Amino acid sequence: MLTVSKYVFLDLLKNRSILVYTAVLAILSFTLLGLDGNSAKGLLSLLNITLLFVPVITTLFSAIYFFNSLEFIELLLSQPVKRTGILLSEYAGMALSLSAAFVVGVGAPLMVLLPIGASFVLILTGVLLTFIFTSIGLLIFVISRDKTRGIGAAIIVSLFFTLLFDGLMMAFIFSFSDYPIEKAVVGMISLNPVDLARILMLLQLDVAVLMGYSGALFKDFLGSSAGSIYSVVCMLLWIVAPLMLALRIFRKKDL
Amino acid sequence: MIRILTILSFLMLPAAVSATVIRTGPDSLLQHVLDRARPGDTILIAPGIYKQHDIVVRTSVTIIGENYPVFDGEDKHQLFIIAADRVSISGITVQQTGRSSMVDMAGIRLQNVSRVTVINCRVINTTYGIYLQNSRNCIITNNEIKSSATDELQSGNGVHAWKSDSLLIRANNISGHRDGIYFEFVTGSVITGNNSQNNVRYGLHFMFSHNDTYIRNTFRHNGAGVAVMYSKHVVMVSNNFEEHWGDASYGILLKDISDSRIEFNRFAHNTIGIFMEGSNRIHIMANAFTANGWAMRVQASCESNTIENNNFRENSFDVATNGTLMLNTYRNNYWDKYEGYDLNKDGTGDVPYHPVSVYSILSEKIPTSMILYRSFLTNIIDQAEKIMPSIIPDQLRDDTPKMKKWKL
Amino acid sequence: MIQIDNLTKSFGKFRALDGIDLHLEKGQAVSLLGPNGSGKTTLIKSILGLVIPEKGSITINGQLIRNNPAYRANIGYMPQIGRYPDNMTIEQVIHMIKDIRKEQTNYDEELYHSFGIDKIKQKKMRTLSGGTRQKVSACIAFLFSPDIYILDEPTAGLDPVANELLKDKIAAECERGKLVLITSHVLSDLDGLTSHIIYLQDGKLMFHESIGQLQERTGEKKLNKIIANILTNADSKQICIS
Repeated sequence: MLTVSKYVFLDLLKNRSILVYTAVLAILSFTLLGLDGNSAKGLLSLLNITLLFVPVITTLFSAIYFFNSLEFIELLLSQPVKRTGILLSEYAGMALSLSAAFVVGVGAPLMVLLPIGASFVLILTGVLLTFIFTSIGLLIFVISRDKTRGIGAAIIVSLFFTLLFDGLMMAFIFSFSDYPIEKAVVGMISLNPVDLARILMLLQLDVAVLMGYSGALFKDFLGSSAGSIYSVVCMLLWIVAPLMLALRIFRKKDL
Repeated sequence: MIRILTILSFLMLPAAVSATVIRTGPDSLLQHVLDRARPGDTILIAPGIYKQHDIVVRTSVTIIGENYPVFDGEDKHQLFIIAADRVSISGITVQQTGRSSMVDMAGIRLQNVSRVTVINCRVINTTYGIYLQNSRNCIITNNEIKSSATDELQSGNGVHAWKSDSLLIRANNISGHRDGIYFEFVTGSVITGNNSQNNVRYGLHFMFSHNDTYIRNTFRHNGAGVAVMYSKHVVMVSNNFEEHWGDASYGILLKDISDSRIEFNRFAHNTIGIFMEGSNRIHIMANAFTANGWAMRVQASCESNTIENNNFRENSFDVATNGTLMLNTYRNNYWDKYEGYDLNKDGTGDVPYHPVSVYSILSEKIPTSMILYRSFLTNIIDQAEKIMPSIIPDQLRDDTPKMKKWKL
Repeated sequence: MIQIDNLTKSFGKFRALDGIDLHLEKGQAVSLLGPNGSGKTTLIKSILGLVIPEKGSITINGQLIRNNPAYRANIGYMPQIGRYPDNMTIEQVIHMIKDIRKEQTNYDEELYHSFGIDKIKQKKMRTLSGGTRQKVSACIAFLFSPDIYILDEPTAGLDPVANELLKDKIAAECERGKLVLITSHVLSDLDGLTSHIIYLQDGKLMFHESIGQLQERTGEKKLNKIIANILTNADSKQICIS
């Protein structure tokens, strides 16, 4: 069923929003990395941009694109093909083209100006986030009854994960700091792909400081490769879970 | 055979009494050879395995191993005890002293001597590698001192010096001990060009040792890099401190140190670059702190220290402290987190820099909050604190932060 | 060819289709008529498998359509609104559909040429007018010469020339023994094409008769007259009953 993905991908590569997205990322990357020769600082700024831009743009753009493709998807579904096949290839085409935009916009400047391990992790993180939030965008498309509500949901969901969630978590940590909440905190982190992505980078950039704290959280989770593996596995689940759910719902959906 | 050779050499060179070269091998007892040697003799030791131990050198001889003859303590015995001045020992391997709770088991022990040199030896799997005790003017150089200690209690030090003076510890490779180099009551000594790594506790440990200098050493991946305690006038220059990770891990730990200099060192990837406690009048200048957890932790018990012309880059946190009283001077440092401006273009920022970040204070009170570090939220908190300082100690600041990093 | 039994579908409380029974045979040109919201689109989408029925069954060529997309190889569908990915060219869209139905390689490209699509195949879909997109949709529907055509408002937005071309094509396909199911608001367009009429209202099947029967019953010749006649009678009947 990759045929459809190929065409979706080709269509999106010429999409104006994607081109603008790529260009903005590229400009930001080059300015931040080349600014004062302090590349690590640039990497941090790029991390912040990745954690904010990728979820919001990806969710919104993919949801809108899927809604706009509704009639075309109907046409495709009137062909002798399975629904899941079409939806999966739409997903793959979308996720791949947004990832391509990220890799070109952020990855290429990083490879040129700062080819270190942490840069690779940042690119990986960005691509994982793109796949995750395309999944979420697809789920929103499949669940929502109309485009307006879908876009509203996409905005709310992406802002929830990028901003609101951390606020809630900080409130939780500060209110219950006297209790053994470390496991609960690790559990909460798993519920937010943006935080998982951040932790993945934190383990690259700040291991030294994380090792300076005592307690099981830092020893067992943040202080070892277990933390990285855990984060990546959780992020993969964050790709698969919404996607499977979307496929399930879509199989029974009336178009 | 060797004995015949030895006899032959006696016969052939009857006149050269003042400096005889004696050859010996695994079949003869080195102790006998040494006991018969006269001051100034050279003893050549043939390659091979020598199951001989507790060899006491009581005469000023030169011992030279050919192709690293191996002296094996079979996990029970010490190997060389040097009890005469002006002994030189080189080119031998000593190994397997084993461990004892009664004696500090040493590969090569220098006891109440002066002008002894230990050169180019391999000291392998000993509890203590080279042990200097009440000795003066000794040189320990180009030795390979390796062990595989895993905990502090069961292990000893690579180079251990007690109550000594004017030592030169140079270009040794030391790893896998409790402390790579240990100084207690050692004065006027120089430690230079050593490579001390993967030791359980410290790469270099100073206790009550004044007027010592260590330069151009590399300390890597030890429990902590260097601990300097209860000492004065210590000069620490051009050393590398790398990869000391853990919740009590530092590049340098300074405890009750005064009138010392820390200059031109590189601190990279340490949990804490310099940890200072009860230390006064220390000049910390022209060091590069790169990618450490905390570049410096300066406890409130420190005063009159000067921190100037250093580069602070890519550290998670620059400076941490535990009080509000600030009696140290920070000036002319480059801080990569500085976001001020320089309107008059004199290379110095026009607004002060506060090296203690709000999140380092928050996370100290509630370590769990570290999991939110570098999230969007923490950036907002940082910015807010910059506009309205309420948590960070306002007195701790660099009034003349540099706009460009120093070339170090 | 198409056998529909007791087909029922609700959207929430709204009954879109209510126990529809239909039997369509090949060689027929069936017009699907009814006011807005009468269930025409739902019926078409049910046949295409886009809407999952709640009750009842649809059988095409003796095969139940549930969970088996292969039957759609026999169907050519032309949607009411043809929207395509903005940056794909006409050629790419057609290639894509061909790629999807790889095993069918007997292409009927008559409309493709007569509409003059071949001359503008490099144009991007975004730049096309509604009418041109409609033509592309038609080309795709007829591309694989399927046994069944489902055409949703096929003539809306087409220029008169294209309109005639399409009608001729539909008539020709009927001649060849294909089944054509058309919905249209413009009843005059269906004149001369249609052999049967299905009329839906409020999700119920009002009638399903051949043109001959209807002409006989109403005494009218033109399609719109026939419908008008029936509707007024039906209304008056309902008034009488109430």
